[in-house]
Amino acid sequence: MFTPDRSKYPKHVNGRPEIDLSSGKYTKVWHGPQHPGITGNMALEITLCGDEVVESITHVGYLHRGFEKLMERRTFIQCFPIVCRIAVPEPAFNEYCFSAALEELSDIEIPEQAQWLRTFNLELMRLSSFLMWIGGMAGALGQGTIGQWCVTHRDYVADLFEEMTGGRIYHMYMLPGGVRAPLPPGFKERAFKVFDGIEKMLDAVDKVLYNNYVFKQRTQGLGIITRDMIERYGVVGPNARACGVKRDVRLDEPYVKYDELDFDYVTANASDAYARAVCRFEETLQSIDLCRQVLNKMPKDGPFHTKTPNVMNWKVAPGETYAKAECTRGEYGFYMVTDGSDKPRRVHARGPSMTHAICLMEQLAINTNVSDIAGLMVSIHTYPPEVER
Amino acid sequence: MMLEKLKQTFTVTEVKEQKKNLTFFTVPKEQMEMMLITLRDHHDYKHLSFIVGIDMIEDGVFKLTYMLYNYETNHSFGIHCNIDREKAEMDSFHHLWEQVGTYQRELREMLGINFEGSPRLEENLSLDEGWDGPPPMRRDFDTKEYSNNTYFQREGRVNYDPREYMREQLYPTFPKTESDKLLNGGGKK
Repeated sequence: MFTPDRSKYPKHVNGRPEIDLSSGKYTKVWHGPQHPGITGNMALEITLCGDEVVESITHVGYLHRGFEKLMERRTFIQCFPIVCRIAVPEPAFNEYCFSAALEELSDIEIPEQAQWLRTFNLELMRLSSFLMWIGGMAGALGQGTIGQWCVTHRDYVADLFEEMTGGRIYHMYMLPGGVRAPLPPGFKERAFKVFDGIEKMLDAVDKVLYNNYVFKQRTQGLGIITRDMIERYGVVGPNARACGVKRDVRLDEPYVKYDELDFDYVTANASDAYARAVCRFEETLQSIDLCRQVLNKMPKDGPFHTKTPNVMNWKVAPGETYAKAECTRGEYGFYMVTDGSDKPRRVHARGPSMTHAICLMEQLAINTNVSDIAGLMVSIHTYPPEVER
Repeated sequence: MMLEKLKQTFTVTEVKEQKKNLTFFTVPKEQMEMMLITLRDHHDYKHLSFIVGIDMIEDGVFKLTYMLYNYETNHSFGIHCNIDREKAEMDSFHHLWEQVGTYQRELREMLGINFEGSPRLEENLSLDEGWDGPPPMRRDFDTKEYSNNTYFQREGRVNYDPREYMREQLYPTFPKTESDKLLNGGGKK
């Protein structure tokens, strides 16, 4: 492993390195926001000593639209098409958390079929997002072909979404009270065909990427999250599971129909970028399995939406709650406060990127070679819109 | 059970069990740090999900909510703490969890709450350097008024009232008062 020469390092004052750019020892580089190796619109302000990172500062704000402020001025149903924009590649989790919080506060029970359809939609979303991630991870380390394979198959999943919900990226499917539509006829067979194709492709990805010498050499030992960092930094999701910590909201606090499905925690031990990649790969396969299980166990038909109050004049009694779900990056949740009016008093979207992209990333980047920053960043899997909201 | 134990040491008020795994309660500002340390170190509430501030303008307070989670029992505590809106100051807990610093930066930026001693508190996350308005998540910040005063219309741009514009486009001969009646629900009560 690379052992840095500490004598070159700047002195730390109040927890931050004292960097004198005029000394000629250090260079400042902006990694992003318009960089192909970046996850979303985010920038890292990196200070280098040679090709080694001595300080990294995360800058977000390129996507700030003030979602939380917007929601305070809109009725509940007007908020609904806003929330899915908070995490672009996986809007379903936002829709679910928002709907679940609102249903809980207004005492609405959703029908069983709607719960199965929600489970399926969430799991298909996870599959789609992980396919994008595997492609991104391969792309960040110079294997663009795998990115193209994954994005092609993600497109087939987007076709399934289009058939199911009418939208390819933003579905607005899980609205308060249930879901918007049942599955179309013959959907199950077509979905199984897509899953078979993805499994075949993932088999190839396993051979080409995960057994690739260059990929292994570059990712093993990169960005190790130690066991004590998990608690201190609030690490969740696959980043924590790659360290052997069993944390998964789907199993810890089962929501919708996850308690009726057969699955277990996917963990790894090394906790480096490679272990995280393996963990996510296994979870992609698990996700396909869960999608199949849902389609097989789901009742053929039934009511998929329950009666809600008139959405144009929906007043919710004062209260507060926190509804959460396991997204591809960990615990995702909506904290909602209502005050008896037809608008939410406060909605807070809790995304795992808030901790992963800022304090964790800034910590892990130190001592890394500048060429590995893109791979490190993708391996943490962050979406900046969750940070700035 | 645990709350009874906590009540012996802390002033716990407004306890509300929202659901099986989620309980909210309020503690005074000065007991907050001790409460978080006790829950983290003695009761296994090791995960801090988020910190959020709610502007209760009618009561003149900011209500801060700290959400703690216990991975052993899968139970969450939402701990409220009311701080004065005029003199918005809170103790900084950046030494307890690393991510607290980021949340405190956000709270200072969006609600204008000062956390004495929190690292990099002055660095904005999303507002750019030239921001001179009040903290935007406060209830009394009027977004429309701010944008009207700060930004200007492009020259040559005309604004139409959508209802009026559509009436003129679609039914130019229809009397105005009649069309207004129809648009307002046909005069039905």
